[in-house]
Amino acid sequence: MFDFLSNYDDPSLLGAFWVTVQLTVFSAVGSLVWGTLLAAMRVSPVPLMRGFGTAYVNLVRNIPLTVIIVFTSLGLADIFGVTMGARDDFDLMYFRLAVLGLVAYTAAFVCEAIRSGINTVPVGQAEAARALGLNFGQVLRLVVLPQAFRSVIGPLANVLIALTKNTTVAATIGVAEAAFLMKGMIENEAQTLLIGAVFAFGFVVLTLPTGLFLNWLSKRLAVKR
Amino acid sequence: MTEVSVAKEDVAATGDLVVLKSVNKHFGALHVLQDIDLTIARGEVVVVIGPSGSGKSTLCRTINRLETIDSGSITIDGKPLPHEGKELARLRADVGMVFQSFNLFAHKTVLENVTLGQVKVRKKDKKAAEERARALLDRVGVGAQAEKYPAQLSGGQQQRVAIARALAMEPKVMLFDEPTSALDPEMINEVLEVMQQLARDGMTMIVVTHEMGFARSAANRVVFMADGRIVEQASPDQFFSNPRSDRAKDFLSKILHH
Repeated sequence: MFDFLSNYDDPSLLGAFWVTVQLTVFSAVGSLVWGTLLAAMRVSPVPLMRGFGTAYVNLVRNIPLTVIIVFTSLGLADIFGVTMGARDDFDLMYFRLAVLGLVAYTAAFVCEAIRSGINTVPVGQAEAARALGLNFGQVLRLVVLPQAFRSVIGPLANVLIALTKNTTVAATIGVAEAAFLMKGMIENEAQTLLIGAVFAFGFVVLTLPTGLFLNWLSKRLAVKR
Repeated sequence: MTEVSVAKEDVAATGDLVVLKSVNKHFGALHVLQDIDLTIARGEVVVVIGPSGSGKSTLCRTINRLETIDSGSITIDGKPLPHEGKELARLRADVGMVFQSFNLFAHKTVLENVTLGQVKVRKKDKKAAEERARALLDRVGVGAQAEKYPAQLSGGQQQRVAIARALAMEPKVMLFDEPTSALDPEMINEVLEVMQQLARDGMTMIVVTHEMGFARSAANRVVFMADGRIVEQASPDQFFSNPRSDRAKDFLSKILHH
């Protein structure tokens, strides 16, 4: 029944999902960092930074991911000549462009999740930290964000699961991840339903444990008040 | 260079530590601080009392600029209160603050709460900071709780940790914003005893409280506030036995007769 899978070895099914995992991991780390910085901007006392953070989030999260990913290829790469340090290796270049697009997009959602977490930290925590003489960066880094993160592990798990599935959009610029392979298979094989089931199962295998683990982690790390 | 600063210290030691001059503040239409003039000398313990909404907590919070003021001036140790930034952070490190709701860092142990400011602001090494923290925790009687998290402590214990956290910065002055108002009655005394000891040790203290017993026994001066103004200032004996203003007489008659 699954014989057709052996016709594919470049990429193979596992190889394609491995690219999906790589897209997810790089984009997750990138968007966590960028999203945290955006959240810091949105709560900073500097109006210019607040304005930038707000504008970025409201612009980026309202643009379809497909548009952003296609823009990294047709806009950044083709028009502005951005090669992401991989001029001679198109696979690597488009992989990196896809990560860039996914980070830019997902960071907007990470930012909003973290900002809602910041709002759960009682204002007295920051006041006590300021009263000790900590500066804005220290207050955020040492007192507010550690508590905020713990309260938003659940929402961040949602973002991570969405990101895992959103990596399929990278197929539109030719990154050979799972959805790219699926498209090829559907064109060549007759077992459409079976192919759909295989890839659906593959994504559930990736995302279900992630969700369960982060749910457990969020209970374990919850701040007791 | 060193000599100059020592000489300055000597001059300041004889003078006033905290000076507020015609301080005004509004919350929207509410004129919450009205022309406040208040001078606190080094080593003095000043208790601020008054009805709810009289502006006494706000007054306390303006002294380390947790609340900004609209006009007037506040100087601490001869230096005017700086605007937001590095200078202000440095000044806040010299002004200890104890809050009504304790505000211990919920994700850090008791010991970490008391070492954080020493390490990150005073740049002490971790070992020296922990030593000092343990000594202070012993002094306020919660040394055995050092490894616990704030939520595992009683309110009285938490507030004593908060006092230790402020003392760890070696502040010039300590502000207490209703430190016992959120405590169960049986825990109030353990906190007041720590504060009384602190007062005896010569710490400059500004205490906003409803604890008249503490005001009588530990204060050098009582400041009575109502409707955003300082209505009366006197020694505790004089204030409690013979208040001059009608407003103070009225206030005392309501709280001392039950």
